[in-house]
Amino acid sequence: MGLTEEQIERYSRHIVLRQVGGVGQEKLLSSKVLIIGAGGLGSPAGLYLAAAGVGTIGIVDADKVELSNLHRQIIHHTADVGLEKVKSAEAKMRAINPDVTVRTYHRRLKADNIREIIKGYDFVIDGTDNFPAKFLINDACYFEKIPFSHAGVLEFCGQLMTVLPGETTCYRCIFNAPPPVGAVPSCSQAGVLGVLPGVIGSLQATEAIKYLLGIGKLLTDTLLTYDALEMEFRAVKVSRNPNCPLCGKEPRITELKDEKPPVCDLKKVE
Amino acid sequence: MKVIVNGTEADFVDGLTVRGLLSERNVKMPDMVSVELNGQVLKRVDFEKTVLKDGDKVEFLYFMGGGRWD
Repeated sequence: MGLTEEQIERYSRHIVLRQVGGVGQEKLLSSKVLIIGAGGLGSPAGLYLAAAGVGTIGIVDADKVELSNLHRQIIHHTADVGLEKVKSAEAKMRAINPDVTVRTYHRRLKADNIREIIKGYDFVIDGTDNFPAKFLINDACYFEKIPFSHAGVLEFCGQLMTVLPGETTCYRCIFNAPPPVGAVPSCSQAGVLGVLPGVIGSLQATEAIKYLLGIGKLLTDTLLTYDALEMEFRAVKVSRNPNCPLCGKEPRITELKDEKPPVCDLKKVE
Repeated sequence: MKVIVNGTEADFVDGLTVRGLLSERNVKMPDMVSVELNGQVLKRVDFEKTVLKDGDKVEFLYFMGGGRWD
């Protein structure tokens, strides 16, 4: 393919890295990453992956930008309120780096559409905000054999793990199924420190780039947890669970299905 | 007996179960926690009958979604 002079300058601080070089940069330019959720996690991930020159970035989100998103979803600006999140995100990624092709999917992922969307991507970033979606992504990536980065955030804490389906610990190995209805503390009002998903989403982008370049050690079989109040990172070793309903010895999940979202009743929680 | 919980060692009474540890640690929503004992994820139904031993390593792994459900 070869890099243009402008690209050599744009990516010069990558190219001087021994582990990246011109070859690595070309690899990034020919790679495809899908970001599911253009929210708190997807914002930094999208911006950094675009800036890094990941050639094709898909972005999935069914929502529109709301004012209450802006304290953490830094890919969206005040003037974007009311726009489709995928369109807002596309504009910022293209503005950062016109080398990048952005594919937008303004829809909610379901068992009957997720496989056709993720197919063909080299890596998936789970930037979703709900458990049914997280399990669906885990399962779909398992069936399509696409590596992905799982992450979650709540209040002042976050966590992430990279999954190489069929090889390393998956989300269901740790969390068998979504929490039961009524167990969830709060719904749309759950708080989160704005910068928190910025930290975690940036780590997800780091994992994507490492995977695409084939460098370093991936965050597999390890759940990295971050507590911003204590300013503490912990790498908790996890291992594949023989009882995992998806990738264990006797899998019960042999096809995709939609998990039911828990009932969201804020009054009950108060 | 000494048990390492989330990386920190602490003293506990003998005979404590995983379920007991969850309440001792004031885990208000045990349904939102997966428990790993010495590197293996426990089945939820085994919390009650699993008795901890001196030197055990326990990790509480929390469900974390995001700021919003839809």
